[in-house]
Amino acid sequence: MRVAIVGIGLTPFRPSTPEFSWKELMYDAATRAYADADLDPRRDVQSFVTCAEDYWEGFGIFDEFVPDQLGAAMRPTCTVCGDGIQGLAQGAMQIQSGLFDVVAVESHSKASDLLTYPHIVQHALDPILNKPLRGHPNYLGGLEMDAYLRASGNTARDCAAVVAKNRTGALKNPIAAYGAKLTAEEAERSPPQFDPLRTLDQAALADAGVVLVLASERKARQFSANPVWLRGFGWGTDSPNLEARDWTTAKYTEIAAAAAYRMAGITKPEKAFQVAEVEDRFSYKELQHLEAAGLSKKGETAKRLKKGDFAVGGGLAVNPSGGSLGCGYILDASGLHRVAEVALQLRGEAGSRQVHRARNGVAVSWRGLPTATGGVAVLGVGK
Amino acid sequence: MTLFRRRLKETPKELCWEATRMALDAAKLEMKDIDAVVTGSAPDAFDGVHMKGEYYADGCGGFRKPITRVFTGGGTGVFSPIAAWWHVASGLADIALVVNEEKMSSCYPHAQSVFAHIWDPILDRPLNPNLVWIFAMEMNRYMTVHKIKKEDIARVAVKNKRNAVAHPAAQLADAKITVEDVLNSEVLAWPVQRLDISPPSDGASALILASEDAVKRLKVETPVWFSGVGWCIDSTMWTDRDLYFPRYLAQASQMAYKQAKIDNPRKQIDFAEPYDPFDYKELHHMEGLLLCGKGEAAKLTREGVTERDGDLPTCPSGGLLGVGNPIAATMGTKVGELYWQLSGQAGKRQIPKEIHTGVTNAWGDLMQFSSVVVMRA
Repeated sequence: MRVAIVGIGLTPFRPSTPEFSWKELMYDAATRAYADADLDPRRDVQSFVTCAEDYWEGFGIFDEFVPDQLGAAMRPTCTVCGDGIQGLAQGAMQIQSGLFDVVAVESHSKASDLLTYPHIVQHALDPILNKPLRGHPNYLGGLEMDAYLRASGNTARDCAAVVAKNRTGALKNPIAAYGAKLTAEEAERSPPQFDPLRTLDQAALADAGVVLVLASERKARQFSANPVWLRGFGWGTDSPNLEARDWTTAKYTEIAAAAAYRMAGITKPEKAFQVAEVEDRFSYKELQHLEAAGLSKKGETAKRLKKGDFAVGGGLAVNPSGGSLGCGYILDASGLHRVAEVALQLRGEAGSRQVHRARNGVAVSWRGLPTATGGVAVLGVGK
Repeated sequence: MTLFRRRLKETPKELCWEATRMALDAAKLEMKDIDAVVTGSAPDAFDGVHMKGEYYADGCGGFRKPITRVFTGGGTGVFSPIAAWWHVASGLADIALVVNEEKMSSCYPHAQSVFAHIWDPILDRPLNPNLVWIFAMEMNRYMTVHKIKKEDIARVAVKNKRNAVAHPAAQLADAKITVEDVLNSEVLAWPVQRLDISPPSDGASALILASEDAVKRLKVETPVWFSGVGWCIDSTMWTDRDLYFPRYLAQASQMAYKQAKIDNPRKQIDFAEPYDPFDYKELHHMEGLLLCGKGEAAKLTREGVTERDGDLPTCPSGGLLGVGNPIAATMGTKVGELYWQLSGQAGKRQIPKEIHTGVTNAWGDLMQFSSVVVMRA
C-alpha cells in the first residue's frame, strides 16, 4: 500500500528559543503541519509518533509529555528512540499494516536547553570501554574524518567546499539559522579542533520542530491531487562498538539505502534523483553519505563537487536547504527535516532555492555521535 | 526469557543476548533469518547510558540490520511486540525479533531515584513526588469509589506470588504467603504496603514474530497468532482526571477487540495477563480491559474466579508481583505467557481448562498509557 506525505510543518531554526518551551515548539510545528494538510488532529489523525531520546529532553520518560500539544490525548501515540526517518518508517508501516489511514510523525530539538551537550554524548559511549577516555566526543568525528579521507582520496579542501556550499545555500532558505557568505578558503582557514576536523566543519546546534502528516493512498487523494509519495524507506545500524565498526564507509547508509531502493524499485540511484538532502552534521559526512547511498561513485565525488554538480542547478542538488551546516543541527529531528525539505522541493514550494523539475528525491540521515545508525527515504511525485 | 534477579555480573548487552539466543534456539533460527529487530527498554537512566537502544543494539542481534527502539514508559513491555507486529503486517519483514531489556540494579542506591525525573518540572517536581506516592493516590481513589477492602486487593499479591512458584525466572515467588503477610508488611505510603508492590529487577526477554508465509515455510507446530493490538495515551495532566478508572486502557482494549472481532470480552476471552506492578493494578486493568464491570474485579478475585483453575485465570505466570518487574522485560511474563499458555508449553503453570484466546496489557508513562495485545491459538 502506498503512503504519501500530506502535511509539512517546520518551525524556523534558531540557535536558541528562550521564549518557547519544548512543548510550545512541538505545538508550533504540529499546527503548521495540520494547517498545511488542512485537517483537525482530534478528528482526522489516528496515530502519533514522536522521535525523542530521554537525555536530550532532560526527562525520565519523555513519552509522557507528548500528547497534549500534538492533539494526541486519548489516541494511539508512541515514542521512537530514533532518528526522524526511523519514526517516519514506523508511521508508514502503521498505515501499510492497515491499522490507520492518517499518522502524524513529530521530532524536535530544544538543544539550547542542553547545558552539557558534550557530556550527554559522552554518556552514550560504552560505559566500560570508551566513556572513561573522556574528552569532547567530536574527537570521534576527527578520527573518522581522517580514516575516511585516507580511504576515499577526498581532501580536507573538498570538505571545506561542502561547508561553503551549504552555508551560502542556506542564505536562500528563510528558516535556516546559519546562512553565511563563506568561501571554501575561509572554511579551510578555520582553526582545527579535532584535526583534521576544523571548527567550521561542524554544524552548530539549533532548536526547531518538524511534523509530517502521512496518509494512505486512499486518504492522500482526498488531501491533495498531487501528493508526495513515500516510495521507499530503510534504516540500519552498524556495530555500536567503536572498535568493531567500519570507519571508512557509512555501512548503516548502505544497508538503509539498499532497503529503500529495493522498496522503491530503484536500480540506478546515481541517476534516479534531482534532489538529495544528505546528513552533513560534519562536512565530510555529506561526501561519505553520498557515496554510501550510491548517489556518487567513489573517486568522482570531489570532482563533481568542484564542478558544481551538487549545487542547485547542477545534476543532483545536494542539500539545497543548507543542510545541518547551514540550517543548524537539530539532533534526531534532522532526518525528518531532510524529508520535509525534499517534499517541499517536489511540491515546488522551495522558493528561491527551488530545484528545477524536481520529481524524485532522497533523504539520508544519521543519528550522530556515537551511533552508527541512519535512515534513507525515497520520495517522488507523479504516478 | 532470562532469570529475573539483581544481575550485577551481566552488562545490558549480555542480558539482551542471553534472551535473544534463547528465542532463536526455541524457534530454531539464527540471526541471518531475522529481517528486522525491535527493542524496548524503559528510561535510559536505569542502565545509565544515553541512547541505550544504540548501545545494546548488537546484544539484540541488531548488527548491520534495521533495528528500532520504541518507548512508551512502563507500557513498553507489551508495546514493542506491537511494533514488531506492524513490521510483519506491513510486509516490511517476514521474520522480526523483539528484545526487551532492563537493568535497574545499576541505579544506586535504588531505581526509584530515576523516577525523580519523570515529572513536569514546574508543576510536579517541586513537590518531590515518587511513584509509590502517586500510585497510593490512585489506589486510594479506586478503593474509595468502589468501597473495596484492602484484604481483597491483597489477595491479588497472594495469588500472583503463589502462581510464580511454577515460573523458572521468578524472583519473588512464595508458596506460603498469606493475605495477613501482605496486610502486615511495612506501610510505604498508605494504602500501599511493601508486599503490594512488585520488586525492581534486571532481566531480558525476546520474542520472534513471523508472517503466515514464514510460519508455513518453517513448519511451526504451535503458532500463536496476534489477533488484535491497541494502544492509547491520555493527557499528561494526570491531576486533571479521575484516577479510579483507566479510560485510556478501555480505549486501547476497544481498538484491539475490534481488530480481533471480539464484542463480548467477558465471554470471548479465556484468560488474561493484565499488568500488575502493584496488586490493585491487576484489578484496575481487568476493569480497563472490560473483562468485568467497574469495581467488580475484587469480587472475582475473592471468589477465586481469577485463580489458575478458575473461570478467568488471571496472571497465571505469577505476573510482575511474583516473577519480578524489570520494566520492559516483563514482556516475557505478559506476551510471553500468552504464547506459552496458548501453545500448551506453560508446564506446571498451564491453565487446566481449554483455552483459545488470551489478552494482556502493559501500563506506563504518568498513569496515562496502555498497550493491549489479544492472541489466539
